[in-house]
Amino acid sequence: MSLLATRDLTIRFGGHVAVNAVTCAFQPGTLTAIVGPNGAGKTTYFNLISGQLKASAGQVTLDGRDLSGFSVSQRTRAGLGRAFQLTNLFPRLTVLENIRLAVQATREGGHRRGLNLWSVWSDHRGLIARADEILAAVALADKENELVANLPHGDQRKLEVALLMALESQVFMFDEPTAGMNAAEAPVILNLIRKLKEDPRKTILLVEHKMDVVRELADRIIVLHNGTLVADGAPAEVIASPIVQEAYLGVAAQNASAQDGTPPHPGVSPRRERGEQP
Amino acid sequence: MLTRLLSNDFPRNRILAVVLVGLLLALAFMPFIFPGVKALNVAAKILVFVVLVASFDLLLGYTGIVSFAHTMFFGIGAYGIAIASTRMGPGWPAIATGLAAALALSFVLALLVGLFSLRVRAIFFSMITLAVAAAFQTLASQLSEVTGGEDGLTFKMPEVLSPGYQMSETPFLGVMLDGRLICYYLLFFTALALLLAMLRIVNSPFGRVLQAIRENEFRAEAIGYRVVVYRTTSSILSALFATVAGAMLAIWLRYNGPDTSLSFEIMLDVLLIVVIGGMGTIYGAAIGSGVFVIAQSYLQDLLRLGSDTASGLPWLSALLSPDRWLLWLGLLFVLSVYYFPTGVVGRLRAMRQRA
Repeated sequence: MSLLATRDLTIRFGGHVAVNAVTCAFQPGTLTAIVGPNGAGKTTYFNLISGQLKASAGQVTLDGRDLSGFSVSQRTRAGLGRAFQLTNLFPRLTVLENIRLAVQATREGGHRRGLNLWSVWSDHRGLIARADEILAAVALADKENELVANLPHGDQRKLEVALLMALESQVFMFDEPTAGMNAAEAPVILNLIRKLKEDPRKTILLVEHKMDVVRELADRIIVLHNGTLVADGAPAEVIASPIVQEAYLGVAAQNASAQDGTPPHPGVSPRRERGEQP
Repeated sequence: MLTRLLSNDFPRNRILAVVLVGLLLALAFMPFIFPGVKALNVAAKILVFVVLVASFDLLLGYTGIVSFAHTMFFGIGAYGIAIASTRMGPGWPAIATGLAAALALSFVLALLVGLFSLRVRAIFFSMITLAVAAAFQTLASQLSEVTGGEDGLTFKMPEVLSPGYQMSETPFLGVMLDGRLICYYLLFFTALALLLAMLRIVNSPFGRVLQAIRENEFRAEAIGYRVVVYRTTSSILSALFATVAGAMLAIWLRYNGPDTSLSFEIMLDVLLIVVIGGMGTIYGAAIGSGVFVIAQSYLQDLLRLGSDTASGLPWLSALLSPDRWLLWLGLLFVLSVYYFPTGVVGRLRAMRQRA
């Protein structure tokens, strides 16, 4: 059965339909890449699933359970883990504390012991041990006492992935996890995602612009264009389809000459393709 | 043992530890070191402010909420004791009833303010608290039947706490063991217990979430915390501690009026102390209160001394006139914010990290 599904998911901003009746189901044990030109509604689609935006119409279901009335934190506790396009962490807390908070949210942040006022955080050794384990898995254990604000960009992106691992979600949503990373750093993140993919219970959604990454990692590609789902299928055939060539790669070809060194910024400049660079 | 008492949150700097222990010992033995009436009043005011400022820091420094209604809760505590003692006559039942009623009122008000306005953006929340506080202050001075209006209320305390009470005929270490002394130690141990309780709260799993909310509210929600619940709980706790601080003040002064517990000046003082001591550190509240209350109380005396010695130079003498004490206090504040932007505690802890 499908784990995560959206049915006729729609959002309108005034007269503009940003996501238009997207119906799609995502199976456990698969990685689905969501591609499309800039402004196609990929991040908006993510926001609708994880609850940052409320849908104008349609449903999001997880294991058959309707999540439409759930708040962001309820959806997270139900099993939706989301990483953000722009690094989104707790800057003036340490690396360990960032992860420990996510572990704490998973293990006792819900309705039972979330308001634990009278014990000392350091007595909860199980939470700290779990956080250490995750930091070791992403090779950040040696930096656990540094403030996140002082970490290089690549390490912050790694921490963003580690935070998702700590949430023990059923669904992982990555929004351009390698954005702004250099050629040396990006494979580290991709390896982490590859490792998550080995677990057959996890559903992974990935918004990514680097076509080589998509080709290698994805089991399936869906294409959004002007908020509508226009293609869905195995990577090779979707990439080859005329609609993708025109809607997605066509835009990339026009902008291939406009490359510069700055990381892409959502909603400002046309997206560029840089995945094929050595 | 000490680890448990301090909730595994040590001062983490030798100078800071020495200053804190010094402050603790000074306050503990104040009546024996400086037996004067003024010294004891200053020490009691420090004790009240330690609790009040630490409770505000729970809100501002740990949760990142800017509220101007904090003195309202302080005033509720003070009025609770004052009104109950006036109506029921002096005694412990009056204190217990007054405190309980004040805590209940503070709880309800903090809950209402929290639920209705913590969802809106920070600046609007601050504006709402300002309006509520102003309304409450007006209400307190208008309802003169109950609150004594602008004149306030003067009342008596249980006999054990009143100055006339003598525990023994013979002085101990040269100090008469009277009701004032007992009252002082009541305040001292209450303040100590409340400070340790707040230290525990900020170092609990709950307190850690508050800091996460301060750092990145959006992300805290996205990893599964119900931000509104945490914020509301934080503001209720902070209000309850402030209420007890107000009750302490009323018990010590045996008087309460709008200017002593509700005025906006107190709110400003509390803000200044939090900034001087260091936001987001309970220890900063203790040190800040000590420094600030002492400066506030003795700056005039110091200036009078300076003014007299400088009598040869009329312009300098005029500048050092005791009437100018607010100017110098302001100057001290500007300098401390300029040189210690993270407060005394933040600065000292940063020193250790570099070393």
